[in-house]
Amino acid sequence: MMKSLIISQRILKELGKDKRTLALMFLAPLLVLTLMNLVFNTNATPHVQIGTVQMPATMVKQLETVSHVSQTTYPTVTAANTALKAQRVDSVITYNKTTATYQITYANLDVNKTTLAKSAMQSAMLHDKLQSMAQTITQLTVHHPVAAQPQATLKQTYQYGDSQTRYMDTVLPILMGFFVFFFVFLVSGMAILKERTTGTLERLLATPVRRGHIIFGYTFSYGALAVLQTLTIVLYTVDVLHIQIVGHIGWVILTNMLLALVALSLGILMSTFAASEFQMMQFIPLIVVPQIFFSGIVPLDTINPWIAKIQYILPLTYVASADKKIMMQGLGLTHIWVECLILIGFFLILTGINIQGLKKYRRV
Amino acid sequence: MSDVLELQQITKSYGGRTVLDAVNLKLPAGELMGLIGPSGSGKSTVIKLALGMAQADAGVAHIFDIQMPDRQSLGKIGYMAQSDALYEALSGYDNLKFFAQMRDIRVVDEEIKRVATIVNLTDALDQQVKGYSGGMKRRLSLAIAFLGEPEFLILDEPTVGIDPALRRQIWDELRRQQAQQKTILITTHVMDEAEKVDRVVLLFDGRIIADDSPAALKARYDVSTVEQVFLKAEVEAGK
Repeated sequence: MMKSLIISQRILKELGKDKRTLALMFLAPLLVLTLMNLVFNTNATPHVQIGTVQMPATMVKQLETVSHVSQTTYPTVTAANTALKAQRVDSVITYNKTTATYQITYANLDVNKTTLAKSAMQSAMLHDKLQSMAQTITQLTVHHPVAAQPQATLKQTYQYGDSQTRYMDTVLPILMGFFVFFFVFLVSGMAILKERTTGTLERLLATPVRRGHIIFGYTFSYGALAVLQTLTIVLYTVDVLHIQIVGHIGWVILTNMLLALVALSLGILMSTFAASEFQMMQFIPLIVVPQIFFSGIVPLDTINPWIAKIQYILPLTYVASADKKIMMQGLGLTHIWVECLILIGFFLILTGINIQGLKKYRRV
Repeated sequence: MSDVLELQQITKSYGGRTVLDAVNLKLPAGELMGLIGPSGSGKSTVIKLALGMAQADAGVAHIFDIQMPDRQSLGKIGYMAQSDALYEALSGYDNLKFFAQMRDIRVVDEEIKRVATIVNLTDALDQQVKGYSGGMKRRLSLAIAFLGEPEFLILDEPTVGIDPALRRQIWDELRRQQAQQKTILITTHVMDEAEKVDRVVLLFDGRIIADDSPAALKARYDVSTVEQVFLKAEVEAGK
């Protein structure tokens, strides 16, 4: 135990001399979060410019009432198409009187705009139809009066968050875990790789130290670092970026520390398969990147259920799930203990493998 | 007196190439033995197998009559590898202190002062190892092996890159250690160092081709230096 602490002290001291790596661990996440916050700050939908040719006046009016849509009337199809090519409009709608059909052409350079134009047109057509129905009904009620129906109104409540909840709020729990995982994995993997290549690991194992002491020395130091890193990120997002965290910060720190331990043991394990620091970098696309895609930043509802199952072997999935519960739903340990246990399981298995792995250097 | 190190029929091959072929070796307590041979002859492998840091294909190694690998026995051994194996970001003092703690040494500061004096590094202890010269790193690495006055010193090429005056100082220290009944196993390819040991073990192509005191070897091969012994023995073994 004592030796583990001495080893972790040494690791922290070494890291302390490496100011750039420290800055990377603590400042890089803040920088990326700030940038993401700026980019995803608005929950506004894109604005669509629609060009119309020979549209009935009622439809033009309907189209203009749809929010985020504006309309320009063109005299001819050619003029409209020219505008479409010049990207002055995003879609062109042409009305054919004889066949009573609308022809809509999308620029389709931005899928969001295409979708918006599509729904704007559908909604305009629906409203147009409703209006003519309403007129018919009004005419009918003149002859057959009926009691007026009470007008229904829509009231919205949000189970979690509010109408101001932005994309950023929903991905933050995942991002926070990702940063912890990425930096701990990389920095600890590099550190132990350096011990292997410089021979200090071998020398260390030529002393009466236990193999487990070395692994736990790494665990203590990087566990402590992960707590600090999570604290920095949490405080920054709450105080500077003003992102709301409903639940208790302590649980967020707990889950992220567990994730850091998993990342650490995975980093140590992968370093056995790397002969150089460059080879260690090669694990980033293999191990780190898939975790972002499968942990919930991209919705997995629509992909093949068999492929979606990959998420269950990725540690970040469990942290994302737990952090979402804490940060958005305000839940506590009673709701996240399963995730925590799974993370501990990951850590214990990997640590066991790592302690065995050191037998390569010393069999006892 | 019993043997500090005993290798019995140690065989080891890497990737189909036999590095050590049924090597037998006994090192009695208090002896200063030089393991000599060309690079690739298996000197470092002998050491690694003795310490239990590699697994022999056949044969056993005993240190202090305990079969290796044995974790506790490592506490009595001062080992210096061929690579410097230092934490470059830390100071020389921090390196010494760390390894002293790992070796369960009690009075750390006095011990650090003592070993730093032997290798002439007292003034550089506060500097980061990163800024050390090659020779300084080698000396620091040697100082780590000296920590705690271990009963058995295993030094793999300890004097590479160290200037003659300091080399003499280090040899004086080895002699002083020996006078205190410490056992020393040293590998070298510097032939004038081979003259200074009690016993020369010539390793060639994974086999021990000569094993005696420098004087006896010189007499047997009828030459005046260990270097010539080495050349003659090598030719004979190659036949």
